[in-house]
Amino acid sequence: MSLLQIHNLQQQFGGLTAVKNFSFDIQKGVLPGLIGPNGAGKTTIFNVICGFYQPTSGSIVFDNKSIVGFRPHAITAQGIARTFQNIRLWSEMTVLENLCVSQHANLGYGLWDAIFKTSNYRHKEAQVKKTALHLLEKLNIQSVANERPKSLPYGLQRRVEIGRALAAQPKLLLLDEPAAGMNSSEVEQLIDLIQWIRKEFDITIWLIEHDMRVVMSVCERIIVLDFGEIIADGTPEIIQNDPKVIKAYLGDN
Amino acid sequence: MINLFHAYRYWIIYSIFSFIIVLSAHQEWVNAYIQLVMMFIGINIILSSSLNIINGYMGEFSCGHAGFMAVGAYVTSILNVWLFASDRVFGPAVFSEIWALILFPVTLIIGGLAAAVVGILVAIPSFKTRGDYLAIITLAVNYIIKSAIENIQSIGGARGFMGMRKVVNAMSDVWDIPWMLIFILIFTGLTVWIIWRFVSSTYGKGIIAIREDEISAEIMSVNTRQMKITAFMLSSGLAGIAGGLFAHILGYINPGSFTIMKSTEVMVMVYLGGMGSLSGSVISAVLFTILLELLRPLQVIKWIVIPLMLILLMMFRPEGIMGNREIRDFLPLKRK
Repeated sequence: MSLLQIHNLQQQFGGLTAVKNFSFDIQKGVLPGLIGPNGAGKTTIFNVICGFYQPTSGSIVFDNKSIVGFRPHAITAQGIARTFQNIRLWSEMTVLENLCVSQHANLGYGLWDAIFKTSNYRHKEAQVKKTALHLLEKLNIQSVANERPKSLPYGLQRRVEIGRALAAQPKLLLLDEPAAGMNSSEVEQLIDLIQWIRKEFDITIWLIEHDMRVVMSVCERIIVLDFGEIIADGTPEIIQNDPKVIKAYLGDN
Repeated sequence: MINLFHAYRYWIIYSIFSFIIVLSAHQEWVNAYIQLVMMFIGINIILSSSLNIINGYMGEFSCGHAGFMAVGAYVTSILNVWLFASDRVFGPAVFSEIWALILFPVTLIIGGLAAAVVGILVAIPSFKTRGDYLAIITLAVNYIIKSAIENIQSIGGARGFMGMRKVVNAMSDVWDIPWMLIFILIFTGLTVWIIWRFVSSTYGKGIIAIREDEISAEIMSVNTRQMKITAFMLSSGLAGIAGGLFAHILGYINPGSFTIMKSTEVMVMVYLGGMGSLSGSVISAVLFTILLELLRPLQVIKWIVIPLMLILLMMFRPEGIMGNREIRDFLPLKRK
């Protein structure tokens, strides 16, 4: 069953076509990778899926429901969560609060409940905190629960950001260059983390990555994007030897 | 029993504190001037802590708080004068004196609701603009409200509106205790309570996420539009209540009381106390009000001394008195 179906997606910014005729299906449980040179349109595709940009044309169907035109928070509520290329945690809040606030869509109470601490509020708030603590424990970062993210090392901030995305209880997790700026031991840990998340949480992951170690060791299928168009699609072995991919990255000689 | 005391400890402490203040006013242990200063402290606490929702917690820059205050002040005053006082414009009182007492909090809340509706007018442009641009919009709203009131002759226009003294006297006729002081203490306590509950809930922390990173807040499931509307309505509604109380202490209001000067005064209190700190807002409202009164003998020179102090504060402690901490962050006990 496909979880996400993108058909003929087109994204234009004025005269520039950032994404051209992009069609792609993601089956439940597979882990595809999206690679391509800088400026190929990878992050734009994620931004369109998240609702941050409205696509110029094309359709996006998630879980048998069209999500084009939804506002970003509503798309997250449908079950798509993401991390960002440059970490965007809420840096003045503690790690625990970060993981709580990203459950905002499933909160189920409003201002009135918060002011009067109704039984609904107590119940939901306890649930939110429990989910957050549970995740922190699973990701092995419960020791930093009360720290502020900006005081943590980079690799740990990534882990917190992935935790924040998981707290939103997504069906599809979009990771935008999770290995960017990491040293090699942090990259090893990240590879383990991604594989473990997949097994543990039963969710589908879609990955943008430049670091070939990550891509080659976790992705089962890779699509290559250049100038907004798919130029290759297949298993890591096929992609590695595709002349068009080599050309896109290294140029002609 | 101990548990019950523990659960309501803030309420019990605040009630005792309020009782002492009301008693000292009633027995005239403190003179009328001190009572007036205490009432202004209460109103300034409501104003600064409600503006802190927008400027501190949500990180926007609203500089038209006096406009919302004006809406609350006029709506509450008109309602009260119409219902409970005999007046040239509105004719004889509709209800008897006892109702003035019972319905006064209701009229205050109606004034607050009217101000909250105006707050939505600012919340909607805030979906697309922020920072300097939103500041200009709030400034414009402040001017629109002031000019609108100036041009409605039936409520006095630029000459102002009076008659609230009669309402306060009607309340005293029922039972002679310092009613205005009591209402101010009640609404100040309620304001601080509501804001504290709001910003310490996961729901309310959505506005802190907007301050930290609006884009990631929206993408990570915070409905930023709804949160902005909620924050602006809460903030302007409470400012409206402060306006209603303000009008009834003075007994006379005119549009000139709600200009950008008043908004600036409230902003100064927020930044003095620390953005995103509720206890900071309370402390700075108390200090600032007392400071203004202490410097009164300096007359015009006061307006040189106070801005100078602000410049020094911004140079040596730009985060304000409390930064974004609360008093209880400094207390070693009960941090679970």
